[in-house]
Amino acid sequence: MSTTEVHVQPWTREQMAQRAARDLEEGWFVNLGIGLPTLIANCVPLDQEIIFHAENGVIGVGPMPLPENVEPWLINAGKQYATLRTGGCFVHHADSFAMIRGGHLDLCVLGAYDVSARGDIANWALSKDDTAPAVGGAMDLAVGAKRLWVLMQHLNKKGEARLVDECRFPLTASQAVDRVYTDLAVVDVRGTHFHVVDMAPGVTKDYLVARTKADLTFEGHGERQRGNYENTGRQ
Amino acid sequence: MISKFVGSVAQALEGIQDGTTILLGGFGAVGQSVHLIEGLIEQGAKDLIVVANNAGYGNIGLARLLKERRVRRLICSFPRIVGSTIFESLYKNREIELELVPQGTLAERMRAAGAGIPAFFTPTGVDTMLSANKEVREFKGRKYVLEEALHGDVALVEAWRADRWGNLTYKQSGRNFNPVCAMAATLTIAQTQHKAELGELDPEAVVTPGVFVDRVVHVPHGDPQL
Repeated sequence: MSTTEVHVQPWTREQMAQRAARDLEEGWFVNLGIGLPTLIANCVPLDQEIIFHAENGVIGVGPMPLPENVEPWLINAGKQYATLRTGGCFVHHADSFAMIRGGHLDLCVLGAYDVSARGDIANWALSKDDTAPAVGGAMDLAVGAKRLWVLMQHLNKKGEARLVDECRFPLTASQAVDRVYTDLAVVDVRGTHFHVVDMAPGVTKDYLVARTKADLTFEGHGERQRGNYENTGRQ
Repeated sequence: MISKFVGSVAQALEGIQDGTTILLGGFGAVGQSVHLIEGLIEQGAKDLIVVANNAGYGNIGLARLLKERRVRRLICSFPRIVGSTIFESLYKNREIELELVPQGTLAERMRAAGAGIPAFFTPTGVDTMLSANKEVREFKGRKYVLEEALHGDVALVEAWRADRWGNLTYKQSGRNFNPVCAMAATLTIAQTQHKAELGELDPEAVVTPGVFVDRVVHVPHGDPQL
């Protein structure tokens, strides 16, 4: 970066999950996508009644079991052993996806490769001819829940921005995402731009603008900042 | 007297022809009728179309059926899981056709087949590669894609308990696709862990009523291995 040196402390994966968990509301039915979003469940105390839905028909997923308490017939969407909290129940796949598609879940949180300012999400394939494509429930979850949040790193492994004007990978759904939690910021999708509602310690407006390939607005500032990602020389 | 119990896996699979469309219950290893699939390998039917959420793993069950080159076409939502090396290698070498279907659409297409509904509109997959060449229609300002029912000649399901009428219960997340597969096939065959006397199953707890089930074989094979 050519801008002034700043002491940036990006959120860790656990802190990203904690930041998202802070915004959950008691009573919500929530589906957590496999990978990073799964960590959110660890940040919710059991006395808070947030009901986690697993696409394979488990309503009320509890904490991971200790090895001695494993129930071999009880797994989550990531095919890991799970538990059922008191009050939970089982349904078959058509009912599980009726809940998803029918708008009965308050929130779904997914991982992603890219999210556009329009709310498009790409999270299931890296190219049109993927070596072994797999979509699972991602497309159903993206269109169905009342709210869709994404939890992802702000930049990919090559250092490229993942908040973009146009997704570069095959879409999972269009105009679906409401909010994105990254290791640098929390942003709301506003259709033509992202609106920044929170930033990790040390992150400045310039720092974020330089790492975003779409327009940004900031809490308390009316003026829109053009993401100048392309001028930073990063590839 | 109705008795859907048969004495062996081989009897349960009798009459399955080459070219059959087979619906498989299960989500990963849980709720998949491993003994019926292994029996199908012995039985010899080939050129099969298989509908399943995953493409098997390791060298057992569905993965072995694929390895034996018995499946022409796989209709699947998530073929790539840890250990799905057999599928991946067949797909890479173009030795198997794949129809990738979003998971909820896969379940609903089977449910629709069982419920006598030939097609339905769903919001899932609109504006994506998976709805290319499909009819899209707008209802109340939102776009939906037309998906057709997915009927099976045969369904292979795994139950926890079954009685001689073919009433089935499932164990925890072993339920998954099994009830929808059971209702969507012409010939539904269940492998059950436990045999129940007629009247022993709580009528409130039966998930798949016997009307959807044709043959049942008792195989107490124990817990699934992840």
